Amino acid sequence: MMPELGKYAGTVLSAYAVSLLLLVLLVAASMIAARKAARALKDAEERRRNG
Amino acid sequence: MIALLLRDLKLAVRAGGGFGLALAFFLIVTVLVPFAVGPDTQRLQPIAAGVLWIGALLACLLSLDRMLALDHEDGTLDLLATAPIPLEGVVLVKACAHWLTTGLPLTLIAAPLGVLLNLAEPGYLWLVVSLACGTPALSMIGAFGAALTVGLKRGGLLLSLLVLPLYVPTLIFGAEVARRGAEGLETQVPLMLLAAITLGVLAAMPFAAAAALRINLR
Amino acid sequence: MGSVWEYANPVKFSRTVSKVLPFVSVGALACLAVGLVWGFFFTPEDYRQGSTVKIIYLHVPAAMVAINAWLMMLVASLIWLVRRHHVSALAARAAAPVGLVMTLIALATGAIWGQPMWGTWWAWDPRLTSFLILTLFYLGYIALWEALEDPDTAADLTSVLCLVGSVFAILSRYAVNFWNQGLHQGASVMRVEAVTGADTEEKVSNIFFAPLMVCMAGFVLLFLALVLLRTRTEIHRRRLKAIEARERMA
Repeated sequence: MMPELGKYAGTVLSAYAVSLLLLVLLVAASMIAARKAARALKDAEERRRNG
Repeated sequence: MIALLLRDLKLAVRAGGGFGLALAFFLIVTVLVPFAVGPDTQRLQPIAAGVLWIGALLACLLSLDRMLALDHEDGTLDLLATAPIPLEGVVLVKACAHWLTTGLPLTLIAAPLGVLLNLAEPGYLWLVVSLACGTPALSMIGAFGAALTVGLKRGGLLLSLLVLPLYVPTLIFGAEVARRGAEGLETQVPLMLLAAITLGVLAAMPFAAAAALRINLR
Repeated sequence: MGSVWEYANPVKFSRTVSKVLPFVSVGALACLAVGLVWGFFFTPEDYRQGSTVKIIYLHVPAAMVAINAWLMMLVASLIWLVRRHHVSALAARAAAPVGLVMTLIALATGAIWGQPMWGTWWAWDPRLTSFLILTLFYLGYIALWEALEDPDTAADLTSVLCLVGSVFAILSRYAVNFWNQGLHQGASVMRVEAVTGADTEEKVSNIFFAPLMVCMAGFVLLFLALVLLRTRTEIHRRRLKAIEARERMA
């Protein structure tokens, strides 16, 4: 399964790990913020409707 | 506009704040460098021009937040905004006053400080020339940064963060002139580029700074 | 299909985002998965760089998005300044952290690649230095947004900063070029002859090129998805603030 990376295996793998980690963090942060904002907005709008 | 310039100069000298402080800061930075790098004059000589430029730049940065903040607090800025002179002119005058009270003294004091760092003989002239050419740009860019952050309570640190990347071209060419001068190389090209940046900044930046100031005074 | 400006209406924008976002996200995920797996598992080693050539599938797209994100912020800032559409200002705000992360990825992968190839993690090479300066611009821009409380003032000031910053970013790029000639190879991906032409020194060969294109598409789609999502988040936050302000008034 794993391709032969030769003597640079650590280099390649760490580059992929760092990048994917950063991307996952960014996506997760964006999604959490989006969900939080959407929920807070929904609550506020319901409060407004129900008086 | 001249009255405003004189007023700013008088305030700067009388309050004693920005005027002496920037110079003292420059002196201290220059004195501290050999403690960090080592007393070896052979090592200090090649970095002298760059260190002096960095010191001058940081000293300039230090006094930026006073440029507009004090006038904003006591309401002078609001009066100036409604005064018959355009806000662009006000900003330009402010930058001029800042240069006269920090940039010019820094330029003059740089040569004696060069002795401490064992600056090479031909470098003195070029150091002074490059600082004289470059510090007006530093003041003007700083005025823009000060205009952006004038409404903020603790704008000082943010101001540095905003202004420092903008200082990069000026620093590169200015330090290049001083370094080449100290090594006895030709300095015409970087000097011309430095002058071009300064003139361009002086021509265009007042508009950006005034725009930022107008937004903040709204 | 109406004018583009219809999407300046936040409600309309949010609704469209909700419709489009799933497709963009799935597209981004698919392209990234295909491109990275293809690049990582099914491309040969470069005869000079060995397996480190595989880093290109992250480095180049991230760098491209990092630069174009700033460009997009510039356009959005201009639209805000000229036409005062709030969505535009919020989109610029939403794009900044994405651009920052992309510059970080480009810098990190570059450093990791440079260590065995150039024998150093970092060199004060013009391209690297410019990217570092771009990172500083992103930081300043984000910090200014965070520091200002009034949303319209913040949008105005950050837009002005974005315009001035763009000019200075370009100036810095040339100044840095003057200051040091550099190690970094030219931008070989977008040169036509680099792809189709004769065996030039720095070309990216076809075997590496196809998965790289897929990865680039993936990064662009990912950027798009994140900006849409984050812009909608900003719109929600803005509306929440308005409702809360009204509640306090009542």
